[in-house]
Amino acid sequence: MKKPLRLLLALLAALALLATACGSDSVSDAVDSASDAASDAVDAVDDAMDDDEDAMDDEDAMADDEDAMADDAMADSDTSVGLVYDIGGRGDLSFNDSAAAGLERADAELGIPFGEASPNDDGSNRAELLQLAADSNDIVVGVGFLFAGDAVAVAAENPDTNFAVIDDAMIDFGTGEPLASNAAGLTFAEEQGSFLVGAAAALKSETGQIGFIGGVCCFGLIEKFEAGFIAGAQAVNPDIEIVSEYITEAPDFDGFNQPDRAQVIATTMYEDGADVIYHAAGGAGNGMFQAAKDFSEDNGSKVWGIGVDSDQYETIGSVDPSLQEYVLTSMLKRVDVAVFEILKAQQNGTFSAGNTVYDLSVDGVGYSTSGGYVDDIADQLEAFKASIVAGDITVPTVPGE
Amino acid sequence: MRRIAFSLAAPVGAFVLTVIISTIALWIFGSDPFEAYGDMLGHARKLETQVDILNRATPFYLSAVAAAIGFRMNLFNIGVEGQYLIAFLVAAQVGGLISLPTVLHILIIMIVAMITGALYAGIAGVLKTTRGVNEVVSTIMLNAIAVGGLIAWLQREWQAPLPEQFSSSDLGTNPIDDSGLMPTINGLLEIFTREVGQGKELTGMLLIAVLVGIGYHVLLNRTRFGFDLRASGINPFAARAGGVPPKRMVVAAMMLSGAVAGLIGVVELADRGKFPPDPIQGLGFAGIAVALLGRNHPGGMVFSALLFAFLDVSSGVLDTTGVASREIATIMQGIVLLTAVVAYGVASRVKERDEARTAAEALAADASASTETVGASA
Repeated sequence: MKKPLRLLLALLAALALLATACGSDSVSDAVDSASDAASDAVDAVDDAMDDDEDAMDDEDAMADDEDAMADDAMADSDTSVGLVYDIGGRGDLSFNDSAAAGLERADAELGIPFGEASPNDDGSNRAELLQLAADSNDIVVGVGFLFAGDAVAVAAENPDTNFAVIDDAMIDFGTGEPLASNAAGLTFAEEQGSFLVGAAAALKSETGQIGFIGGVCCFGLIEKFEAGFIAGAQAVNPDIEIVSEYITEAPDFDGFNQPDRAQVIATTMYEDGADVIYHAAGGAGNGMFQAAKDFSEDNGSKVWGIGVDSDQYETIGSVDPSLQEYVLTSMLKRVDVAVFEILKAQQNGTFSAGNTVYDLSVDGVGYSTSGGYVDDIADQLEAFKASIVAGDITVPTVPGE
Repeated sequence: MRRIAFSLAAPVGAFVLTVIISTIALWIFGSDPFEAYGDMLGHARKLETQVDILNRATPFYLSAVAAAIGFRMNLFNIGVEGQYLIAFLVAAQVGGLISLPTVLHILIIMIVAMITGALYAGIAGVLKTTRGVNEVVSTIMLNAIAVGGLIAWLQREWQAPLPEQFSSSDLGTNPIDDSGLMPTINGLLEIFTREVGQGKELTGMLLIAVLVGIGYHVLLNRTRFGFDLRASGINPFAARAGGVPPKRMVVAAMMLSGAVAGLIGVVELADRGKFPPDPIQGLGFAGIAVALLGRNHPGGMVFSALLFAFLDVSSGVLDTTGVASREIATIMQGIVLLTAVVAYGVASRVKERDEARTAAEALAADASASTETVGASA
């Protein structure tokens, strides 16, 4: 008698999974949304009213609900933004902090209020956060290409909200069409910024040999850095010797997080005669700067490293100031500019779906001057920049083209 | 009456204590606790959020059952994490290569996932029985081998062919045909409620999780194997003396645990449609906490899985509205676990003392009654 009873209880408990989902909702349905209640009323007196809304089923009620929400959003403010960071949120000294800077600038200069969120540590709730941000904002920004898939799905469900994803083109490469009519992809002309630091490397190199370390090869992004770097160096010195190496191959993305392997590769390159190395390896790049310091101290001849994404003279300096003097310059990827520009476009009503590339002409990419190590060659770099902006130089995006 | 009071005292006490400590924590961090609770509950009242919670609770529950199978015989399978990731990858690859009618396709994928998980967990079981390697050490090391070695290597080997120009969403194993993906059960849910909005989809693996829960209950309480398992957990020496083969039990329990872990991979597969470059990690470890809170009980783990899922999903709304830091959800999960352990500890001690007293009283009554009879007869 006792055993079957307990089995029954277990069954009931299991069914409670479903029950929780159903029970409370019928209550919330009735009291929560006025439009639902209204549509119920329409249902009840359907025959009495002789209008066209004869089939006010649940689906229509839902649509009404969404319309009402969208109307609310339109009515109460001009533009507001919800931004979802990549895992870790603010304080990463890099990608997320750069996005936050753009958000704050838009708030200060354009008066666009913002809300922000970051995913769980396992990244399981990206789609939920995009939806939450879409509930109360006109535009939603996802920081990082991992938002691309979820953004397409959430954008389809929220046609009155605009979406922007950093670092993904958000277009179907087969047809060239946007993946969603209300989603923009914000990418960067990394090859143009890399061209300038490539030129800087060639101008500063005394051995005539320079190096490139990529974090992860073969998924189409890091090759842009390499191609620009090689083109920039060869524009200064056609005979320069350039060695390139990648830490890992996609889909193994660990290369961005392995400073020890970057250090080994960089040490080998320095020992073989390279005196300037550019890394596009995210967090792994710190290993290259460490190798530059160790090699310089051991051999008494100074070698350089070039940073990426943010001004690494500043970001590395906040972690280990002794590495600062080896940071020649950094290729800047201005995520803050991209965020600011897309918000400005939203406010002006000029938001457009599909890919927007931030290049040198809008200062979406560039190079840093902290430390003053490139002051002596600033004129030449500015001249290259002007030629690229003017279109006199076209920077390749694939190495060897 | 007394038994019900005892069994309710611990969970109710843990709940009250959790709310008190969480309120203090929120207040210390400068948030309005009542606004935070209001936001969490208000959010959870939406049907769409409830779908999110159930979707999150499903892998939590499976992971908890996987851990609980080991726990019931004092076998600590810390390797659910590695087992489900390996199973996820292998099942995705096999499912992506074959093309079959829908039910068969899904079944094959599930069986492959369960076998993979079982075999990977079985390594730890064999190591324990043949070489005496503690399963905690071996499963933790097998996690590292799975995530850092095997999966990284197989991911590259099994990358689907890439077009000339591609984006991050093209990375991963061959996408599985729809025939191989567990369908969503929005239709079933919508019998009871309105239509689910926002494109949210309730995972069909929820039904499998319910079946696994029932299966776990039946196995433990209705089969010879379950009896042997529990006996080995309570007193391995007595069990051995009673004819339970200890080695076979260790390997079997490990493999069963790994098979259930493999099903977590199928939940993820139903959601993603392939093994993506960024699979969700940490579900295996979450399951240990859920099993602990649910006291390895099939029903108890339902509630703890739902609670953990609710807190996880709430973190998003707290973060978005800015009412409280999203970390508060993790803090609450920790607090509820701690208070539950303490509350059950206290409750079992009080119960023991109460039983001892009742027994003593009964004995005393017996004794006095018998002396009376002796006296009367004398």
